[in-house]
Amino acid sequence: MTDIAAARLKKRHAAETRFRVYGRTAIIIALSFLALLMGRIGMQGYSTFTTNTVSLSVYLDPARIDAGDLEGSNFDYVVALALLKKMGETDDDYGTNASEAMDLVSRDLGFQILNRLKAEPGLLGKTITVTGPMKANADLYYKGQLKRETAQADRRLNNHQLDWLDRLKADGDVKSGFNVAFFTHADSTEPEQAGILGAVMGSAMMLLVTALIAVPMGVLAAVWLEEFAPKNRWTDIIEVNINNLAAVPSIVYGLLGLAVFINWLGAPRGAPLTGGMVLALMALPTIIIATRSALKAVPPSIREAALGVGASRTQTVFHHVLPQAMPGVMTGTILSLAHALGETAPLLMIGMIAFNPGIPEGFTSSASVLPVQVFIWENASERAFHERTAAAIIVLLVFMIAMNAAAVILRRRFERRW
Amino acid sequence: MTVLVALALLAAFSGGVFLLGRRRAVRLAGGAPASLHSLPGYHGAWVALWAGAPAALILFAFAVFGGRMEDAALRAQAPAAISQLSEQRQEVFWSDARAEARGETSSEVRWEGDLGAAMAAKVSEARQITAYGRIAALALAGVLALVGFLLAFPRLSKDFRARNRVEGWTGVLLIACSTVAVLTTLGIVLSLLWESLRFFQAVSPLEFLLGTSWDPQIAMRADQVASSGAFGAVPLFAGTFLIMLIGMAVAAPVGLFSAIYLSEYAGPAMRATVKPLLEVLAGVPTVVYGFFAALTVGPTFRAFFNWIGSFLVGGPMDALGQYLETVQNQMALTAGVVMGIMLIPFVSSLSDDIINAVPQSLRDGSYAMGATKSETVKRVILPAALPGVVGALMLAVSRAIGETMIVTMAAGLQAKMTANPLDTVTTVTVQIVTLLTGDQEFDSPKTLAAFGLGLTLFVVTLALNVFALAIVRKYREQYD
Repeated sequence: MTDIAAARLKKRHAAETRFRVYGRTAIIIALSFLALLMGRIGMQGYSTFTTNTVSLSVYLDPARIDAGDLEGSNFDYVVALALLKKMGETDDDYGTNASEAMDLVSRDLGFQILNRLKAEPGLLGKTITVTGPMKANADLYYKGQLKRETAQADRRLNNHQLDWLDRLKADGDVKSGFNVAFFTHADSTEPEQAGILGAVMGSAMMLLVTALIAVPMGVLAAVWLEEFAPKNRWTDIIEVNINNLAAVPSIVYGLLGLAVFINWLGAPRGAPLTGGMVLALMALPTIIIATRSALKAVPPSIREAALGVGASRTQTVFHHVLPQAMPGVMTGTILSLAHALGETAPLLMIGMIAFNPGIPEGFTSSASVLPVQVFIWENASERAFHERTAAAIIVLLVFMIAMNAAAVILRRRFERRW
Repeated sequence: MTVLVALALLAAFSGGVFLLGRRRAVRLAGGAPASLHSLPGYHGAWVALWAGAPAALILFAFAVFGGRMEDAALRAQAPAAISQLSEQRQEVFWSDARAEARGETSSEVRWEGDLGAAMAAKVSEARQITAYGRIAALALAGVLALVGFLLAFPRLSKDFRARNRVEGWTGVLLIACSTVAVLTTLGIVLSLLWESLRFFQAVSPLEFLLGTSWDPQIAMRADQVASSGAFGAVPLFAGTFLIMLIGMAVAAPVGLFSAIYLSEYAGPAMRATVKPLLEVLAGVPTVVYGFFAALTVGPTFRAFFNWIGSFLVGGPMDALGQYLETVQNQMALTAGVVMGIMLIPFVSSLSDDIINAVPQSLRDGSYAMGATKSETVKRVILPAALPGVVGALMLAVSRAIGETMIVTMAAGLQAKMTANPLDTVTTVTVQIVTLLTGDQEFDSPKTLAAFGLGLTLFVVTLALNVFALAIVRKYREQYD
């Protein structure tokens, strides 16, 4: 080998190595984005799954609680006084101490007292113990996300309040535990009482509507296109049309829903029914495409055997071909429903952005769904809502990963290679 | 609710009729089932279809169109009192009358005097119409079910071709399902066109497409001065284009190189782990990317640029430093980069398919000539796969243009014409969301503008998709 050739070869090998490094770098970049995304959301969200609850002995002072007008009494103030008493302080003339105390303990305790008094009016004048969540900022302090080192003006709680919190913790009145409320409450304006149950129920109802409409319709349409349709210009148009529908931006489906379902047909705004219908139209093309490829994978010999023993074409398809294609159909369907579960933009168009402090009552009443809840909480200014947003995302991702895993398992378990 | 109960009753009736028909067929056969043309189940199914299907269609049509028909019937006679009201007020009147009749919350307008009397009259009329409409639909459905059963049942006989008839019904159902996809397209096109036409009556299409000032005012009252606003969409197109460009600058190289590495270099074990992980990235909902962009990427970028700016201030590049120190969270770069991350798996999986479709013989030929792997990729595979890769990139561009949540959460609201990635820009989709999520009446140019933007978005993405799919398909045919 001459020197020139050796030098050229070296250069070529160097180029080869460089190229390989580019490829590896690209994959590392892509995977580190994934790790960063998941890691950040996990870091921001995991702390929501624990919460701090406080137990207070509250004296139900008849002077402050009007037995005739329980709803009108200020129970938050009663709770605040109980906290002050515990700290060995009293309220001043301006109510500064009491309002500082109110900033620490959730209003949930006041509601608990109200409900207990309603059930048992005889408690008035006695001392009872109530247990409930801390306010979001106090909770963040216990979790170390609100730090004493931050300058007092830059944080939501002052030194005085932090001293109280430290004493409560030291006395063992505050306990940390699993955040049950996050999974059993619906949305709320108070971060510590806001939960995702309403959104999870809304998502489930909407997905049910989507599945009931899109799955039978998509499968039957695919069966016709793949097994029965003549090859002519009309079926070509339908086919091109379906491929293009699959790539239409989701927000356009939202505009369709707004113009046709809500303004023209008078469907209820922001209801699981309307949202489910919009998402069904969106999921339809992908279900059709997946079903068609599953049907294509069934070998012609199956059809010929069925026709050979005297089955009609319809019987052939519904008794033999479709059952054989079912695993593929299910996989495609679950994947497209998982996609629908995470969809947000079209739902904003049909008014699913309202604040819903309860579990949805029915398919035609206003509801929120998980991805929209994420969007709403992300827009909230309070820091504690950001923590909850990340936690809601974790729940959403768990549902999506479960659905995707189900699809993969179905594919692995039942897929047949002919 | 009524419709659901009626449908359940209908299903029960059809089920009973099915059993009746089947028993009748068995009796007709008289112990020799082979003498029947069709299996007894088909006889039952045929009778059940005649009993159930027309009535179900009526109930379904009532559920879908009933509200509209009630509305039209209610408006047939407008009370004299409301004729002086403005058009918007009349709309409020009608919607209040219907809401009141249904026991829903109506608007906060107080209808007094003549209007109050007219309202009360219309509310009771609306209640009547609803009641009559419901009775009429239920009665019609009941009659249809009975008539269908009575007509179909006597026709059963030994030689009756029940199977062929049932299969005819099935065929109709299948075709109906297939046309839903076409109807969806029609619905999209017509609704966008219709609302856009109304928008273009208020704002000329030329002004919309070529105007350089976007400032949709909120018309609080119809008679308000300066309620028109400016509807020149060029700044939105510019913003969309800028963010798309940044996104593609991230997604195209990373996605393409991942695809090349995975299909040409990686072993089976690596493929088996990396591809599912990329699929996870593809399955993440866009609202999650939006959250990531708004609360992680945006603040990080801002801190980074402010930090760089703090070094430059006072130096030879003082002006640049001053500018970098004022950079905000909501910059085009944030939204663009996160959109690029979202598009990586999309680009890589499409390119992977296309690269794998290049026949092995081309690779083998290249290796036999002594080419290295990278030379084969660069000189043989990529040129062969180029049209497909271009198609894949165009599909990604169409995705980027139509993406909503990332830009809504991470890009700004200010319409600006700028090529500076550190500046705040807004996009077509952001404006659609902003225009339609507030509380305002539906007919103002402001809300209609959203449909104008939607139409533009639809046309552009459709053109990109048709073109890209055509390229991809043409390319695939070469090697099959």
